[in-house]
Amino acid sequence: MKAFTFERAHSPADAAAKAVATPGSTFIAGGTNLLDLMKLQIETPRHLIDVNRLGLDKIEGVDGGGVRIGALVRNTDLAADARVRKDYGVLSRALLAGASGQLRNKATTAGNLLQRTRCPYFYDTNQACNKRKPGSGCAAIGGFNRNLAIMGTSEACIATQPSDMAVAMRVLDAGVETVKPDGTTRTIPIADFHRLPGDTPNIETNLIPGEFITAVTLPKPIGGTHIYQKVRDRASYAFALISVAAVVQPDGRGRFAFGGLAHKPWRVEAAERLSGAKEIAGTVLAGAKTTPQNAFKVPLVERTLGAVLAEAKG
Amino acid sequence: MNDRTPETASTVTRRGVLTTSAVGAAAAALPAPVLAAGKPEPARSVPTMPVTLKVNGRTRELELDPRVTLLDALREHLSLTGTKKGCDHGQCGACTVIVNGRRINSCLTLAAMHDGDAVTTIEGLGTPDKLHPMQAAFVKHDGYQCGYCTPGQICSAVSTIAEIKEGIPSHVSGDLTVKPQMTVTEMRERMSGNICRCGAYSNIIDAMSEVAGIDQGGVDA
Ligand SMILES: Cc1cc2nc3c(=O)[nH]c(=O)nc-3n(C[C@H](O)[C@H](O)[C@H](O)COP(=O)(O)OP(=O)(O)OC[C@H]3O[C@@H](n4cnc5c(N)ncnc54)[C@H](O)[C@@H]3O)c2cc1C
Ligand code: SF4
Ligand code: FES
Ligand code: FES
Repeated sequence: MKAFTFERAHSPADAAAKAVATPGSTFIAGGTNLLDLMKLQIETPRHLIDVNRLGLDKIEGVDGGGVRIGALVRNTDLAADARVRKDYGVLSRALLAGASGQLRNKATTAGNLLQRTRCPYFYDTNQACNKRKPGSGCAAIGGFNRNLAIMGTSEACIATQPSDMAVAMRVLDAGVETVKPDGTTRTIPIADFHRLPGDTPNIETNLIPGEFITAVTLPKPIGGTHIYQKVRDRASYAFALISVAAVVQPDGRGRFAFGGLAHKPWRVEAAERLSGAKEIAGTVLAGAKTTPQNAFKVPLVERTLGAVLAEAKG
Repeated sequence: MNDRTPETASTVTRRGVLTTSAVGAAAAALPAPVLAAGKPEPARSVPTMPVTLKVNGRTRELELDPRVTLLDALREHLSLTGTKKGCDHGQCGACTVIVNGRRINSCLTLAAMHDGDAVTTIEGLGTPDKLHPMQAAFVKHDGYQCGYCTPGQICSAVSTIAEIKEGIPSHVSGDLTVKPQMTVTEMRERMSGNICRCGAYSNIIDAMSEVAGIDQGGVDA
């Protein structure tokens, strides 16, 4: 790790203000992604702002029937929350399908949303990677790209966003509450939170520099059957090849978001007016750009969606 | 030819070595001019920080470089070498310790983030004369071969049973609205963050089953 200085923030607004006051600052929450990347010198912050003790570790009901999840709520606690298990089961399921028990005890809601790609070339500092080193090229295009994106890719980057939780947040239409360095606050709809790679794969979200996440909100429960189906190379403790987050209503209509396909959780609302796995998958995957190694994801999405629809029917 | 004198070579500080350890192996094989072209940044010196940890019931006051992980604080600064470093990247579970009642990977957290926290390591679970029931069960069931992953496995196993009792669900829990059951399937899923290269998994599950009071009777195995 490169040397850094360390301080503790006193409030969310203080964290945001501190982040722009000291050049090279980065927030540290659970640290399970950031420290991994710092050890490899993929991330080299000069100053860490510890945001763990700001009291943002509560899950509360809000007026109108939704919930507000503090940014520092640990993945284990979010998955185990009685209200989340009852009304937002897809979120519990997605969290429990990710990482390991130890990691979920440490990983936070905001940190999970902001975890960086698992593209093998991003992790290898000897390789060209536009995300890690803008302008250096992309070793994955034409390299080993079996698990990389097929939707919304660019000439610059074909990486995926690896968070399982984010896929469930997308299907639930979550909102990301933030405070900016100037002290103003806003809520970013999850659909607009992560960006497609375009020419700037190094910019992964629409947060501005120093903007600090305080909470994630979920609108009031929508009922239905909640399913998170993750397909991976081993049964536990592996990232998704693809995943489907679904909330299916008794009439068979549903909402579907997909992981492992793109630089953001992938959801095409227009497809949700259709019925049948083939039709829905066909619309969701319109414009897919595959490589010989990852073309398997196209039929895999349709089949996994088919399994999800069958499971929802009971 | 390497034109550095032994004197200049010996001025390389431990911190300098540590900061470049990720590239150290590759750099060592390069001739000096190439190294110079790589323009290594001079090691930046940052102030150390006071960190107080309550480890296995004892309050320990440390003065640490902010980079020191909880794992390195335990092993290198407190000489508690029971906790092991396997991957140093959250992938193997060898470094599992219990902090404020929850198991975590001590390699992926900074000691400075745990100022004031209570840490239980394998040394704190039991002693050679008075083993923790999980330690005794691992011995009885041969829950290891080389033993390297074992301290992490035991800390994780103790926490796994506690998490099931607490009602925390897992990926294999059927109905999310009821408490998870104490089963072998549940324990296996929850232990997936602890890798054992010797493949002692089935004996580990036998040890855990005994402590959890599950009669395996061939079910699930
Ligand atoms: C071996 C391994 C396996 C894994 N498997 C999976 C998996 O299967 N599925 C999955 O989804 N994930 C998986 N993960 C990733 C894991 O979920 C993330 O590491 C974790 O969620 C990150 O959360 P954190 O709190 O530790 O983030 P940190 O590492 O603390 O932070 C991550 C980023 O978020 C920023 N940040 C944190 N909090 C805030 C805030 N409040 N406001 C603004 N910025 C903030 C930090 O500055 C940093 O850039 C795995 C990780 C490991 C190591
Ligand atoms: S796909 Fe993106 S992250 Fe992977 S090497 Fe290319 S630019 Fe880097
Ligand atoms: S050493 Fe921490 S998980 Fe491997
Ligand atoms: S006993 Fe050798 S790695 Fe597990």
